[in-house]
Amino acid sequence: MENIGILDAGVIALLGYAVVFFGIILLMIVVMIMGKIFVAMAAKKKPAVTAAPAAPAPEAPKATAPGAAGELKLHDVEPKTAAMLMAIVADKLGKPLNELRFISIKDVK
Amino acid sequence: MINIGEILLDLWNNSGFSAIFAGFKAGGWQNLVMIAISCVLLYLAIVKKFEPLLLAGIAFGCLLSNLPPVPGAAAMYNQGLWDSYINGTAYQVLDAAGEVIKTIEEVHFTDIIHYGGLLDIFYIGVKAGLYPCLIFMGVGAMTDFGPLLSNPKSLLLGAAAQMGVFVAFFGAVALNLLNGLIPGVTFGFTGPEAASIGIIGGADGPTAIFLTSKLAPHLLGAIAVAAYSYMALIPLIQPPFMKLLTTAEQRKIKMVQTREVSKAEKIIFPIVVTIFVALLLPDTAPLIGCLMLGNLFKETGVTDRLSDTVQNALMNIVTILLSTSVGATMVGSNFLTVQTFTIVLLGVVAFVISTCGGLLGGLVMCKLTKGKVNPLIGSAGVSAVPMAARVANKEGQKANPSNFLLMHAMGPNVAGVIGSAIAAGFLLSVFG
Repeated sequence: MENIGILDAGVIALLGYAVVFFGIILLMIVVMIMGKIFVAMAAKKKPAVTAAPAAPAPEAPKATAPGAAGELKLHDVEPKTAAMLMAIVADKLGKPLNELRFISIKDVK
Repeated sequence: MINIGEILLDLWNNSGFSAIFAGFKAGGWQNLVMIAISCVLLYLAIVKKFEPLLLAGIAFGCLLSNLPPVPGAAAMYNQGLWDSYINGTAYQVLDAAGEVIKTIEEVHFTDIIHYGGLLDIFYIGVKAGLYPCLIFMGVGAMTDFGPLLSNPKSLLLGAAAQMGVFVAFFGAVALNLLNGLIPGVTFGFTGPEAASIGIIGGADGPTAIFLTSKLAPHLLGAIAVAAYSYMALIPLIQPPFMKLLTTAEQRKIKMVQTREVSKAEKIIFPIVVTIFVALLLPDTAPLIGCLMLGNLFKETGVTDRLSDTVQNALMNIVTILLSTSVGATMVGSNFLTVQTFTIVLLGVVAFVISTCGGLLGGLVMCKLTKGKVNPLIGSAGVSAVPMAARVANKEGQKANPSNFLLMHAMGPNVAGVIGSAIAAGFLLSVFG
């Protein structure tokens, strides 16, 4: 297949683009199925964990961040890190920090 | 009595300066032009910071291989040796006086190690497909496939953005229609050459080098320079087309946070992709296999040392070897042609059309999801990780400062790597 005509090139181009889509769609289906299985497994695990203790004590409300004027809750985040994040967000938005309302900051692992 | 004049004349005759003047008309001027080009590329790499890690090495390799060979001295890069290897023709080994001392009927890698220069030995790694695969391993170890796993539909944008690969391929073949317009000038390309040019649109340097070294090694220098230069220019090339194809309202769309991906899912993903893609397109197996092996090192949590080595030490070493040896292929007689100019032109066309393809895919997804997908993330479907995703994020923030598209754009961005590898695998299976 050294020297090919324009018609052949057109067919190869269309076929190639279709093959890329075909491969990617199949991969997408595999990833979607994988994701569904993992989400279902995670959902199954959660009730099992909460159902284990006979009479679980009511969870204490999450303490607000020290010095916070509002209801900001920190989940596995150091107050210093939270302050830095809030400052970055305020800077990126171009708005004063006291005009923004942060509800919670969570460390996504 | 010592004849000082004779000694000085000998010194002059044995110098590279003399070789430049002696062979000026016989192609020596091309070497001088290439030395100037390598200086421009060094300027772009060092001052303008255009992909400096690669471009500096490419430019220096070009500089070294264009220093005119002095009779009797070992050249760092022997174009003739590689021409014989690629074309399967005999190679004549000459002595200092220009006499043939040996004829090699069929050149093998062992002959190249024996008779070649330093850059020839480096180049074996390119020709054997070693360096692009090792670079891919490093890329895999640095890539987080989490955004793609949490939103698998973004894979489609990685496929849509391969449009430029095939349009440029078609364009390169179609240029054959212009042959005959200017006597003595060939415009068009053969199928394998066109495939190598088209892959520039994948915006993936290692894939472009891998495919070109297999299909059209004589075009490697031009294609590598075009691919890496345009990747560096993504922040300039993409935004005008992003604005042209999307409305201000569409660019403002905020996307919701996707689900959290578990560690187990991230570990299984590279294994599944390797099995799946290698079975679908076996020609892609070296690239995808190394990409996913690197990613597996990163995600397992028990191979941190390997992941660290692949991401840093190995990646850096291979980058040096790859860039200098690719630059060495930019020998004046090969590079200063109409073909190179055409490749540079087709390369930018491929990039633009790939960007537009991704954006059109993004627009379709935006319509289908009733405005939940910001079409800008489609432009990140061209690989160029993470530059293309950053550009999508920046343009999104220009339209709406509270818009954070980076993680959403990373999905199509890493999907683009897989998409361009599949495209390369297809072209390799057709023309390889």
